[in-house]
Amino acid sequence: MKIRIGAGILLFFTLMAIFGPLLLSTDPAATSDAGLQGPSAEHWLGTTQTGQDVLTQIVHGSRISMGVGLLSAVIATAFAIAVGLVGGYFGGAVDEVLSVLTNIFLVLPALPLIIVLAGYLPQRGVASVAVVIAVTGWAWGARVLRAQTLSVRRRDFVEAAKASGEGPFRIVFFEILPVLLPVIATSFLATVVGAILAEAGLSFLGLADLSTVSWGSMLYFAQNGQALLIGAWWWFVPPGLCIALIGTGLALVNFGLDEVANPRLRTIKVRKARA
Amino acid sequence: MRFLTRRLGFYLLTAWAAVTLNFLIPRMMPGDPVDLLVARLKGNVDPAAIDAMKKAFGISDANLWTQYLDYLGNLFRGELGRSITFFPTEVSTVIADSLPWTIGLVGIATLISYVAGTSLGVLMAWKRGTWLDGALPAATFLHAVPYFWVALVLVFVFGSTLRWFPGSRAYGLEVTPGFDGEFLASVAYHATLPAVTIVLASMADRILGMRNVMVTTLGEDYVVMAEAKGLTSRRVMWAYAARNAILPNITSFALSLGFVVGGSVLTEIVFSYPGIGSMLLKGVENEDFPLMQGIFLVISLAVLVANLLADLAYVILDPRTRQ
Repeated sequence: MKIRIGAGILLFFTLMAIFGPLLLSTDPAATSDAGLQGPSAEHWLGTTQTGQDVLTQIVHGSRISMGVGLLSAVIATAFAIAVGLVGGYFGGAVDEVLSVLTNIFLVLPALPLIIVLAGYLPQRGVASVAVVIAVTGWAWGARVLRAQTLSVRRRDFVEAAKASGEGPFRIVFFEILPVLLPVIATSFLATVVGAILAEAGLSFLGLADLSTVSWGSMLYFAQNGQALLIGAWWWFVPPGLCIALIGTGLALVNFGLDEVANPRLRTIKVRKARA
Repeated sequence: MRFLTRRLGFYLLTAWAAVTLNFLIPRMMPGDPVDLLVARLKGNVDPAAIDAMKKAFGISDANLWTQYLDYLGNLFRGELGRSITFFPTEVSTVIADSLPWTIGLVGIATLISYVAGTSLGVLMAWKRGTWLDGALPAATFLHAVPYFWVALVLVFVFGSTLRWFPGSRAYGLEVTPGFDGEFLASVAYHATLPAVTIVLASMADRILGMRNVMVTTLGEDYVVMAEAKGLTSRRVMWAYAARNAILPNITSFALSLGFVVGGSVLTEIVFSYPGIGSMLLKGVENEDFPLMQGIFLVISLAVLVANLLADLAYVILDPRTRQ
């Protein structure tokens, strides 16, 4: 049930990001004289201070917000797989070094590091922002994958592969990796949530590319355009709600998968009486 | 004791990593920060400021190793260089002025969020299958909500619309700073919305985490045994189940601290709260690299200290670590 609702939310936003901009093909940055209008038949979600249509911005912004989140999560997860699997499989000194590195990045506060790194970027394009976010987002996945690799590496099929003379890197990436795919999937989903939130935070601070429309940059302009004081709720509520809904969708899928693995977590109606 | 010494060693290593990262970032990122600044100001820079910056970075013609040793030496003496934004104020002074605000706000808010979130998690696991399960979807939603958006909504509803609480600053214009009741009341009044933001946005993780561990713990034999002995359900819930379930919860809490601090930075900025988060943004906006770096270092070290405190709590709660 949880997985279905979560997947439904994700499907909705994915379709919106792919097909939305084709349906609402007007330029999201186009201004008009009709500034700060509340929701109406013409502008479903109202307009910004400079008369930009909020719905068009939301639809176009989904591409940047979700795109950066996905790209950054792909980079971070690839790194997490390399670090976690190699450390977990080889053990010894390699594992010690990689574990310490992972734990250091787990403890260091990510957002301040992202802000500092972004401060040094000469150009803050989509790709460089995604890389900066990935730099701080890989450690969780690496830790989880290392633990899982440790539990898999002594299994018979790994021993069999070793005995048949397969090289260590072939064993890690072609024997162990496929077994860990479910774990990789959940850690990937969690990384996407973190990356979307980080991108939104960075754009909200005005530290990402402000010439492209994203949900974070919408919030940046809403705050700087005094949307709060004017009472223009239709300007800042939708972008934040979209971010939160995507995060909820991803979390629901993840929690649903957890419940498949651990049925006790499920919410049930019938249970033994407890005095 | 071995547990604590090992953790202490790890934190020292991490502190060293943060310090070294701080040294390497300006040197690894494309472009020389000093040149970048001069270029952006189109040459209208006070030569003293350029010198101060070069000194702050330890940028000289010496090789990397000598620069690194100079940098460590400066750091050891507490010299973080001079801020460009507040030139010629020392970065350490700027940080010392703003840090108490952040520690007060984030410290109290995190404590409230931890206690409330954990207790709610315990209750929700205990009363599984009742109306309390209705709070789960809400917690899942809050878990994904960006801090700064919660802040914006709160400012909009309780600040500019209802006018119950102020939506910016740390204390009113009419009071003078000092340790008197009037000033402290104004500070508490102004801190309400930022604190509620941090509590709301960070509580969901504690609720969900505690509930999940607690539900697993409730199935353990010693809990069934405690119930069979006829102990009161309050005693079973808190002293038997929750006390054991809290251990993984403390670990995940310590790991989430970095995230909470990141969210608090954004929260401070929405409320123009004069803490370290607002200063960090000022630093980045003004290309004030010494300030940026000093603040990153201080935030990292603060998170490490908080982690160490969480480990101490762990040792107190888990006798196995005391051997």
